[in-house]
Amino acid sequence: MNAPLPKRKLKVATTSLAGCFGCHMSFLDIDERILDLVELVEFDRSPITDIKHCSPDCDIGIIEGGVCNAENVHVLHEFRKNCKILIAMGACAINGGLPAQRNSLDIRDILAAVYAQPGRGVHIPNDPEIPLLLNEVHPLHEVVRIDYFLPGCPPSGDAIWKFLTDLLAGRTPTLGHGLIHYD
Amino acid sequence: MPNGNSNGSGDSAVVEAALLRHGGDGTRLMQILREIQEQTGWLSPDILTRVAEGTRLPRGRIEGVAGFYHFFHTEPLGRYRVLWSDNITDRMAGNADLMARMCKKLWLKPGRVSEDGLVSVDTTSCTGLCDQGPALLVNYRPVTRMTAERVDQIVELIRHQTPLAEWPAEFFTVEDNIRRKDALLGADFQPGDALKALKSPQEVLDAVKESGLRGRGGAGFSTGQKWDFCRAALGSGANPAHYVVCNADEGEPGTFKDRVLLSSYADMVFEGMTVSGYVIGAKKGLVYLRGEYRYLLEPLNAVLEKRRAAKLLGQSILGRTGFDFDIEIHMGAGAYVCGEETALLESLEGKRGVPRKRPPFPVTSGYLGQPTAVNNVETLASAALITAKGAAWYKAIGTPKSAGTKILSISGDCERPGIYEYPYGVKVSQVLADCGARDTQACQIAGASGLCVAPNEFGRRIAFEDIPTGGSFMVFDNTRDMFQVARNFAHFFVHESCGFCTPCRVGTTLLANAMDKIDEGHGGEYDINDIWRVIRTLKTASHCGLGQTAGNCVADTLQKFRPSYELRLNVRDFEPAFDLDKALSKMREVTGRDDPGAHFHIAHRKSRAGLGTKAGDPS
Repeated sequence: MNAPLPKRKLKVATTSLAGCFGCHMSFLDIDERILDLVELVEFDRSPITDIKHCSPDCDIGIIEGGVCNAENVHVLHEFRKNCKILIAMGACAINGGLPAQRNSLDIRDILAAVYAQPGRGVHIPNDPEIPLLLNEVHPLHEVVRIDYFLPGCPPSGDAIWKFLTDLLAGRTPTLGHGLIHYD
Repeated sequence: MPNGNSNGSGDSAVVEAALLRHGGDGTRLMQILREIQEQTGWLSPDILTRVAEGTRLPRGRIEGVAGFYHFFHTEPLGRYRVLWSDNITDRMAGNADLMARMCKKLWLKPGRVSEDGLVSVDTTSCTGLCDQGPALLVNYRPVTRMTAERVDQIVELIRHQTPLAEWPAEFFTVEDNIRRKDALLGADFQPGDALKALKSPQEVLDAVKESGLRGRGGAGFSTGQKWDFCRAALGSGANPAHYVVCNADEGEPGTFKDRVLLSSYADMVFEGMTVSGYVIGAKKGLVYLRGEYRYLLEPLNAVLEKRRAAKLLGQSILGRTGFDFDIEIHMGAGAYVCGEETALLESLEGKRGVPRKRPPFPVTSGYLGQPTAVNNVETLASAALITAKGAAWYKAIGTPKSAGTKILSISGDCERPGIYEYPYGVKVSQVLADCGARDTQACQIAGASGLCVAPNEFGRRIAFEDIPTGGSFMVFDNTRDMFQVARNFAHFFVHESCGFCTPCRVGTTLLANAMDKIDEGHGGEYDINDIWRVIRTLKTASHCGLGQTAGNCVADTLQKFRPSYELRLNVRDFEPAFDLDKALSKMREVTGRDDPGAHFHIAHRKSRAGLGTKAGDPS
């Protein structure tokens, strides 16, 4: 009875897809509480560690930004495959956000307009190194299963802290009044 | 015949005449717009501006109303506007193929107007002709029993621009199809019988209470109690008054009993309204008639005229000084949500059909803020009967908690669809036997928002204490695919959500999207979980009954017909609703790339062969 979950550090991976890194910056706004956090978690693949790929036994994946190109899809699949819990963080991950503004236009027309050079025609960058853009930008949950949504543009440091501490303690995360901000 | 291409000077005369007829009264906006549109074919920006001036309402208000109702058009839709009824029963009778045939012959895409502005073809929600479908409306006149042959004839008539008045009369025949009469439909009732039996208002009220009559729209509130509350409430403001409203916005898919009552028992309904007016102290009654029943307007007005001539309406009814009551008919314009009584009142006042907050309830603050008794057509007819024949007689019929009879509108897979009146307490199995249903796998009772009943429940009874219903009773035999039935209803609610509250506006769309995803073979267990989550939100967070019940059919079929969902599911944990590899198609085209990096190598399972993807197909 009341057997506690085994005490071990949970592995957390994070990444930004079609986002602006604003959510990651906001993550750093938890300030000195990050010292409490590293007592509980170990960062795996993340801009914080610069580890390039997820370990196969990650517990939590936190993703900022929507899905706008082929590479985003591959990264998202890697996270889904290796993380038990996947969190969509911020407006772009949840709704497509600003990058999805292009969805009302045809990507071919956008590229033709952007890469038109006066008198020299259209030269769209084309190299196998460059990931292809998707016809439309998608929120994460349209491409893989997402377990939790952390709204905000960006979610505040306090919101991210509340969300993660809830999750780590085994509570279903709820933000409630005052922690959901869009400004 | 309305003219699809608006012509300036003719239109302005029409607009002025309509404004004049209604005294520029903005609360009569629905009627003003409808009468104008019947002449002009559509509501042009100029017309809306003029109506705004003439009613002294903001132009945005006029546009808001014109844009809300399915039967008001702010774009020209052709001189012939064909709307195919798209209830599940019409689909089962093959409306999709017939509509495709019509579109092909007219070189038309559904929802688009032909280039010469002659004709448009589209679908609409249930038109209340389920017992004689597939049905359609041509310029809001119903055509029943559509066949391929009839489609071809109509195409020719439209091509030759034959006026509707010269079309074969049998096209427009609407049958009553009354198959079983009981206390109400079989009653020997002459106009005036109830009015001649009137005692004091209090005594009449006591009798209605004593009879145990409960609302026939489905909710089952005590009619006597409603009248009592309304009678006790005081009118307010400069023009205090009480009103009687007859809810004839019969929009629940599969219901058509009010159509029959208003076609053949209108006197009984009007007399019930008059009795109600006598009890609550109202001088005016309003019938809110659904736009789909436009063709009943003239016959109903003729009945009202006859009643006025017989002193059954008007001043000093039957010579009683002070007993003044008259009835006016208002037309709706194709919005299911207006069947909800407070949305109906908004519509009666010339506004968008958005349900009000309750309380206050209509009995204290209804039409124009005055005490209003809103009752279903069948309730009012029953009240007339009770007044004429006595409470004890009525109370003896049915069950202790559900007095009287219920009229069922039966459609779908049975030999004899139509109108069946039963004393309350009748078993579902009895109804099925009477209408000649065989190999029945399910009944959808009380419409799209109602209850889906499986064979192990056919012993249940039609009564307020067991299965309450407004009257819709759709039968599905073993060849039907119950998943597609639920998917049809899910789309119905997307179309009919009024858009006011987010849980309903977004929730109904999420539900329909999930059903489509499963239908297309992309669904997994994840999507089923998601459906439950959406249904929970709809039920608990929606503003009115529409949203609260919009998930019922999906929930019922998920429980009772789960394999019809499971057979469509993928074994995968989650699959996108779209083809990921195709999402790179445009970039492959612009860059000319076809290397492995330009593809996602994910196998997509196609939806299984043998499972019909069209509603109503045997699976």
